[in-house]
Amino acid sequence: MAVVFERPKSLLDVPTHFCPGCGHGIVHRLVCEVLDEMDIEGDTIGVVPVGCSVMSYDYFGCDVIEAPHGRAPAVATGVKRSNPDKFVFTYQGDGDLAAIGTAETVHSGTRGENLVIIFINNTTYGMTGGQMAPTTMPGQVTQTTPYGRDPKYAGYPIRVCEMMATLTGVALAQRVAVDSVPHIREAKKAIRKAFENEKAQKGLSIIEVLSTCPTNWGMAPQEAMQFVKEKMSSYYPLGVYKDRAAGEEEQA
Amino acid sequence: MERSLMKGNEALAEAAIRAGCKCFFGYPITPQTELSAYMAKKMQKAGGVFLQAESEIAAINMVLGATSTGVRAMTSSSSPGISLKAEGISYMAGSDLPGVIINVQRGGPGLGSIQPAQSDYYQATHAMGHGDFHIFVFAPSSVQEMVDMVTLAFDKADQYRMPAMILADGLLGQMMEPVTFPEPMKNLPDKSDWATNGHKKQRAHHIINSLFLDPEQLEQKVKERFARYATVEANETQAESYLCDDAEIVVTAYGASARVAKSAVNAVRKEGIKAGLFRPITLWPFPKTELQNATKSAKQILDVEMSMGQMVDDVRLATECRIPVSFFGRTGGVIPTPAEVLAELKKLAGGAE
Amino acid sequence: MTTELILAGFGGQGILFAGKILAYCGLMAGKELSWLPSYGPEMRGGTANCSVCISDEPIGSPLVTHPDCLIAMNGPSYVKFVNAVKPNGLILLDNSVVEETETRADVKTIALPATDMATEQGLNGSANMILLGRMLTETKLFDLDTVQKAMEKCIPPKRAHLIAANMQAVKLGAESK
Repeated sequence: MAVVFERPKSLLDVPTHFCPGCGHGIVHRLVCEVLDEMDIEGDTIGVVPVGCSVMSYDYFGCDVIEAPHGRAPAVATGVKRSNPDKFVFTYQGDGDLAAIGTAETVHSGTRGENLVIIFINNTTYGMTGGQMAPTTMPGQVTQTTPYGRDPKYAGYPIRVCEMMATLTGVALAQRVAVDSVPHIREAKKAIRKAFENEKAQKGLSIIEVLSTCPTNWGMAPQEAMQFVKEKMSSYYPLGVYKDRAAGEEEQA
Repeated sequence: MERSLMKGNEALAEAAIRAGCKCFFGYPITPQTELSAYMAKKMQKAGGVFLQAESEIAAINMVLGATSTGVRAMTSSSSPGISLKAEGISYMAGSDLPGVIINVQRGGPGLGSIQPAQSDYYQATHAMGHGDFHIFVFAPSSVQEMVDMVTLAFDKADQYRMPAMILADGLLGQMMEPVTFPEPMKNLPDKSDWATNGHKKQRAHHIINSLFLDPEQLEQKVKERFARYATVEANETQAESYLCDDAEIVVTAYGASARVAKSAVNAVRKEGIKAGLFRPITLWPFPKTELQNATKSAKQILDVEMSMGQMVDDVRLATECRIPVSFFGRTGGVIPTPAEVLAELKKLAGGAE
Repeated sequence: MTTELILAGFGGQGILFAGKILAYCGLMAGKELSWLPSYGPEMRGGTANCSVCISDEPIGSPLVTHPDCLIAMNGPSYVKFVNAVKPNGLILLDNSVVEETETRADVKTIALPATDMATEQGLNGSANMILLGRMLTETKLFDLDTVQKAMEKCIPPKRAHLIAANMQAVKLGAESK
């Protein structure tokens, strides 16, 4: 009988600690499918963050480094600069990438570090129990914005892809979502493109993935998917914000 | 080997390149900037990587990334910048990563001054970050020793899988002295049993990590590390004892202040005062046995530092408080003079007789 | 024997360079030596100084507090260090720049219009070398051959054309009365 669906080889056969309905599992799978398709697992070093994906070193089959909070792009820079022939990616959440690690994110981008950043935006700090993230939307209730995020008091969210697209060193900035099958397929294509960019030494590619956190949002998994589709996708529009491969000229 | 004349900061850089350092990541700060500048000039030509990071924090994490893949990597800074690196150093220690950190100390706390100081002793030897861990701390007192200790630091860091720090100061970093360099190292240690440099599908994946959610597991890890530290303490201490055999007053001092103290010891010896100098070369591990041996005939100890006396506790503990320990120091970037130390020694000698 | 020197002046007068040449003389002569510059904001147009120790034995503190010899190229430096010089020590000052005329009775003071001398000979900016030359005549610390070797070692090849002019200035100072 033909096998129609199986676990990617570079995704290790271990139970994850992710909650039911969490988007991390989907994105892990997409990354590993790409590693398999490009046959680069043995030449790839992943750098995982502090946050819900902190233990992803147990799930990715490639070599993995667990970085200090927010520092994954700096750690990845050290890896890539000393091993330019290897594939290097970071896998980071919104608090890690856009709050404590903003400097590392921006500067790896502006240096045009030849690596891939997979950025999971689920608008909350999941691991610590659902506090306000740099991507928590106005009005959104979290543990630390119990009456809804008031931008006048707590400030506005950061639109990461839009910001990163302003940087000359960034090759690809694309926002995708994992709320539906077509979007998941789109996300996979974007991740593949990011790794192809790395292979072609184009510079930094950041793929922002709008993802779910049903546990901290207090929603059922299906409701959470609906939230991504209706609320997040309108505040964070999907699309390509920068694509050097598409022939965009760089200005020094 | 031919003698050449070099600033301490530049000598540290050249020595690192010769020790097989493949990557240098840094951020500008006085008084260590010449080190970065030298690396910028030479590192890429030597086939390595020089990168100016966006912050001290990024720089130490780049070192973390590079050493994770098994290459020799280094960062350097001065006191305020070292505080920023503390996070990364703790993670490196918790991930059993080697790597060399240079601290060309200046006056503190806060932004402090930019003049030479030794007020990061506590930080380097007792609390270089959160958690149960130690790092190697080497204290050179000449430009030649800076060169020799960079090589040693890389070797010991690799051997024990620990970060190693060279604790220098602005005086040593800025001064020029004649130095000779070793030949470039050819055979570097093999780290293929743990490095995360791509498994080529030939082995299980390697993980560099400091997280252990199960407390028993973390305790076990820390205890294993402390067993290694015990080996380090037993085998890797270094110190210089100068005229200590018959000394009634032993001066304890390290790094630049040991040079000042040595001048003072030589001067009081001419006046018939039996003084000696004990100079710890490794600050962690602290040379306890060596200090006990050097103070056998001592009635008093005078600790001299460019700080408010941060090494005094270690001196007292090593001598089990059997000998009274006085302190003389200047801080904030002020360098003590031999005359000042001489006066202290005379005061102590007068009091003792 | 140990000789301790302080060289001091405005940033840009070549104070650190003169100290370096002296240090390289020590290197070429097989001596123990140290060179320690002042550093910090004062480098940006303010006063600069360096400590140089030349010895037959290992150098203790490289920071000179009481020099055997002071070379002062501006007024503030002269005022700052004049009383630090050891009794029976030596002070050389550039009296084209230093206006202070008060001297110590227990110290030999030599005032040379080094900046003017340099300008007259078309050696602009070499007042430091003129004072260095005179200091060597007074102290017999190093001969001119050693200075030549020091310059060849210290000055990078792409600036080698400057050696001749610098040596000319050293000689001018050495032979000055």
